Amino acid sequence: MAYLLKRLSALALVLLVSSFIVFAGMYLAPGSPEQFLVQGRTVSPEVLAAIRAQYGLDDPFLLRYWHWLLDVFQGNLGRSLVTQQDVSTLVGSRIPTTMYLALYAAILITVFGIGLGVLAATRAGVVEKLVVFGSNLGIAVPTFFAAVLLMALFGSQLGWFPVSGSGAGFLGRLWHLTLPAIALALPSIAVVARITRTAIHGEHGSEHVEMAVARGVPARIVLWRHTIRNSMLPVTTVLGTHIAGLLASAFVIEYAFTLDGIGSLLVNSVQKKDFAVVQAIALIMVLAFGLINLIVDLLYAVIDPRVRLGKGAQTR
Amino acid sequence: MTQQSPPSKPTDSLEAGTVAIQLRKQRDFAPISGWRSLARRLGPVGVISAALVVLVVLMAVLAPWIAPYDPFVGSVTDRHQASSLAHLMGTDQSGRDIFSRIIWGARTSLLGPTIVIAVAATLATTLALTAVWFGGRVDALISRVLDILFAFPNMLLAILAVSIFGPSLLTASIALAIGFTPYSARVIRSVALRERNLPYVTSAQLQGISGFIITIRHILPNVRAQIFTGMTINFGAAMIELAALSFLGLGVQPPAPDWGLMVSNGQASLQQGFWEQSIFAGIAIVATVAAVGYVGEQLSTRRVARRFR
Repeated sequence: MAYLLKRLSALALVLLVSSFIVFAGMYLAPGSPEQFLVQGRTVSPEVLAAIRAQYGLDDPFLLRYWHWLLDVFQGNLGRSLVTQQDVSTLVGSRIPTTMYLALYAAILITVFGIGLGVLAATRAGVVEKLVVFGSNLGIAVPTFFAAVLLMALFGSQLGWFPVSGSGAGFLGRLWHLTLPAIALALPSIAVVARITRTAIHGEHGSEHVEMAVARGVPARIVLWRHTIRNSMLPVTTVLGTHIAGLLASAFVIEYAFTLDGIGSLLVNSVQKKDFAVVQAIALIMVLAFGLINLIVDLLYAVIDPRVRLGKGAQTR
Repeated sequence: MTQQSPPSKPTDSLEAGTVAIQLRKQRDFAPISGWRSLARRLGPVGVISAALVVLVVLMAVLAPWIAPYDPFVGSVTDRHQASSLAHLMGTDQSGRDIFSRIIWGARTSLLGPTIVIAVAATLATTLALTAVWFGGRVDALISRVLDILFAFPNMLLAILAVSIFGPSLLTASIALAIGFTPYSARVIRSVALRERNLPYVTSAQLQGISGFIITIRHILPNVRAQIFTGMTINFGAAMIELAALSFLGLGVQPPAPDWGLMVSNGQASLQQGFWEQSIFAGIAIVATVAAVGYVGEQLSTRRVARRFR
């Protein structure tokens, strides 16, 4: 519990520092926000002054940061400079798509990554060679290229799956998100399969496995309970970093498939220089990234009872 | 996004103390002598991969002389041609020769990752060695800074930098490099820390050699393997992430020929059945990343394997 509190407060500190960095970055960006607001139209100085006053642009930097931070704590992320919408509602409406996409991809990565890895480690020969070759190639395929290929093949040519939009209802969503999730998961599946195979091979020659075989424990139980379970620790690490990374890589996929997630919102906001939205999404992503990493660390203790959490904080 | 190779095997900690091991290590890190031993190290697939890497580098260097057409100029009458002897890979939506654009694209596509790994390796090594040499508060401070950087996903950092400084290859590359730094710095730091606690460092200190010289002349050569491994792993990841940024319109700007940008440009044509641009550009990325990754992996795993003997 103390460990959890410690990690959460560390996360809060990281969030605070990164919010400052992000805010300062946006402040230092060339060009002033009101110029983006009027977007090249000629406006009288009075109107400009009014706009500056409305957004508090004349205040000193630290004061603006302080006001913004107070607002964020009250759940008010400001207004979009471009669409005038409330950022919290705008971002909030986009979160479900990204979450479903990341969740779908995470399931694919876990199932196929570990599955293929176990397959490769237990069936030596053609299957193993195929998986190793596939994972070597899969690591090198950029997610957006996989997206383009899948869209062309299964979307346009065969017409099995839709190529844009995120669908309605559970089944509709599932159907719409299948191709994006596969594209997003592909490189990570390759990495996880490879790590799983190596880990199982490493565990295979260990003394406790030989001991179990010598005791006459059935091969199936040796494999599942003694070999695979023990090899899951390095796999969890990789799985965790990749699933946390999904949030960030999701925006390429969302953009490619024109899904209405926060990733495509971020890309569009960057293109339009809508700083209020960019700031908000950056913070949400740092928060989510930190939380997932924390959950992975907690999972260690579940998987390997030998891991003491307090000590884990130092080794990380 | 970036996965680091599992931290180097803790073999040194057991045996690093003895002189014999130190000497053997020296021999293993000696420059590879001769093409034959290099080829043996790489294995057959590795030789093909290495040849591919050399080919891409040559393409980038010799682009103006070997590209059959101007990559920027197309003719409206030649739009969307299929591959033929005149246009080996066909033409794109503006009638530009795709083969020529792939050749020219090798330039930006290699330049970006090169900037990334150079900046990341320099930053990571400097930070790690500074932290290790001074230890104590400096070490703690650097570790905290790295922790905070660690909280930003790479791509997010790059996108933020692009939104602040405007889209360009240099901005995106430097931001990605900063994102890659904490991973490499941690690996280098852990190895350098082991090295710093060895008796030879203390004896050098007693001889009055300055910390800077000891770090550069004695500790740095001993973490070379980790720096090198980090660079080869980061290269592929950097190439993919930069291409993704170009794909999003936040990296290399058109009309510059770039593989990531070409995949994105060809997307509309692909839906109409003109597959050449996206597919060839994508294959160029996949092949280069796979080849660099394989060569790097062969070179670094063989090193580790040898040290086990």
